[in-house]
Amino acid sequence: MSDAPVDQNRRTWIAITCGAGAVGGVAAAIPFISSFEPSEAARAAGAPVEVDIGSIAPGDMKTVEWRGKPVWIVRRTKEMLEGLKKTDGLVADPKSERHPDEFTPPYARNEWRSIKPEYLVVVGICTHLGCSPGEKFQAGPQPSLPDDWEGGWLCPCHGSTFDLAGRVFKNKPAPDNLQVPPHMYLTDTTLLIGEDKKA
Amino acid sequence: MAEFKELPAGAPVTQQVTTWLENRFPTAFEAYRVHMSEYYAPKNFNVWYFFGSLAMLVLVMQIVTGIFLVMHYKPDAAQAFASVEYIMRDVPWGWLIRYMHSTGASAFFIVVYLHMFRGMIYGSYKKPRELVWIFGCAIFLCLMAEAFMGYLLPWGQMSYWGAQVIINLFSAIPFVGPDLSLLIRGDYVVGDATLNRFFSFHVIAVPLVLLGLVVAHLLALHDVGSNNPDGIEIKARKDPKTGIPLDGIPFHPYYTVHDIMGVSVFLMIFSAVMFFAPTGGGYFLETNNFIPADSLKTPLHIAPVWYFTPFYSMLRAVTDDMVNVLCVVVGAAGVLGYLMAGLRGLWRWVPLVAAVVIGLLLKTFDAKFWGVVVMGLAVMILFVLPWLDRSPVKSIRYRPGWNKILFGLFVINFFVLGYLGMQPPTVVGTIIAQTGTLFYFGFFLLMPWWSRIGEFKLVPDRVTFHAH
Repeated sequence: MSDAPVDQNRRTWIAITCGAGAVGGVAAAIPFISSFEPSEAARAAGAPVEVDIGSIAPGDMKTVEWRGKPVWIVRRTKEMLEGLKKTDGLVADPKSERHPDEFTPPYARNEWRSIKPEYLVVVGICTHLGCSPGEKFQAGPQPSLPDDWEGGWLCPCHGSTFDLAGRVFKNKPAPDNLQVPPHMYLTDTTLLIGEDKKA
Repeated sequence: MAEFKELPAGAPVTQQVTTWLENRFPTAFEAYRVHMSEYYAPKNFNVWYFFGSLAMLVLVMQIVTGIFLVMHYKPDAAQAFASVEYIMRDVPWGWLIRYMHSTGASAFFIVVYLHMFRGMIYGSYKKPRELVWIFGCAIFLCLMAEAFMGYLLPWGQMSYWGAQVIINLFSAIPFVGPDLSLLIRGDYVVGDATLNRFFSFHVIAVPLVLLGLVVAHLLALHDVGSNNPDGIEIKARKDPKTGIPLDGIPFHPYYTVHDIMGVSVFLMIFSAVMFFAPTGGGYFLETNNFIPADSLKTPLHIAPVWYFTPFYSMLRAVTDDMVNVLCVVVGAAGVLGYLMAGLRGLWRWVPLVAAVVIGLLLKTFDAKFWGVVVMGLAVMILFVLPWLDRSPVKSIRYRPGWNKILFGLFVINFFVLGYLGMQPPTVVGTIIAQTGTLFYFGFFLLMPWWSRIGEFKLVPDRVTFHAH
């Protein structure tokens, strides 16, 4: 190091140059980071899907793919719907009041979380970490499930359980009920998943 | 620059070539002296000291096998699974290269876990080796990223759903989470975009960082010198004439030959696993990963590969009940800090206020988010280990006897957490995992206190060494 006094003018210019260089560096990073975002093709791939629900037997479930995710359509029986009354007290959010805009469209904000009580339409992805829960429609005691089980889903990853309205049980890792996707009936037996505006 | 050397006329050809090279590239000759022939390592290394060189060996093996796998693998969601099967069945010796790589991944973690544990029991992270330890922790972090992204590439069911779960961990972060996980996936679900970027990270980005960190780890180590099982600074006692540590021996040839023996034993075990049990009984290559990825169906039992399960267990342990327990623990710590920390004036209130703030945050955000935080902290806490340990001695040999029991419990706890992380969640399992999580963090966070308690033995001046 020399003992010559610091030239403040030079110091200022060094600081300005470094600042400008940093701004340039950040600006150059933008296109690279933006390239991580979904491509235009991926954005366009979210088209709605038409499903024929006439073939689903009572108490049965159909899985269709929408935006790469499984969507379940369950035709619930009378007993299954009765069971929902019993689980009201056991689920974390019985009336779907948490984050309603993300998980439950207005027409599904009821006890059975659907337009028609008989048909439940939910995205089959656990709200915890995105696994697809397995169907456990058989009521009664069984491994990994409580003895007063009324039928529903069990997530294999972290053990979250959902009732037959896709409502998450209390004290489980999943914070929210299963998402009800936007959907509408085109006819009595045809469902459009991914769109709910009246044409 | 070194002086230009002149050889007398008639010198042998080999000497002429060497001198010609040394005059033009002295750095290489200097590096050989600094890192090999004149790097003095303590002479009392025991079996624990094999794992550093073994980690290097596995790193090289992973890079070489990886290069050859990339020649046949197709990073495309439609072809990836089939291309791995193609490597296994149609590429000549492809099965061997692939099994070397997949077994190598597990071997890497075994070796690195043992290497890290060695550092813990002999206090190798203590002054002046804090940076060596920190570079090592960064290597461990990179290794986890590398292994995780590599596991997606075969595009099996476990690849797919494992990635789905881990990427969704990021979506638990308040406010920015969902956008962040979208940015990582590059699509609304794990798909082709995700596979391609993971491939890029796995084969280029992370290995480059990893290599850089390994170089930093070694350079920092060679600057401060290796620790040893006695935790004695060998540089403190040097031969007055030569300036060489009395307990030091040159790395080459002593430890190069020594490490070759370690490599031989390691390769015997490694080959046995690779040839006779390449799937490691479903632990190294999980059974479900032999089924192609299906985005509509999660396998009934999903678990990460064994080396992640202790941390995964801690993630699962954080339920709403656990958050309440954590609130109580944080509250108690705050009160203790207020009463005992001996802070003056307004500073006295800091622990109490901090506890209240943390408690409020704990109750504000979902247990899901705190699970992610706990898992992250379980790894990150290793970075600050040099400052948590306040013991006056380095090696466990001279620490109070009960420290051995404590370290033993730590290891058992780590294994139990690892085992639970592989199992489907049960009520009892969750309670054990929660207790284990508290123990894991208690071990580290209470270390500033427990590491000072007890009778320490007198550390000798010279290392314990018995010639063979």
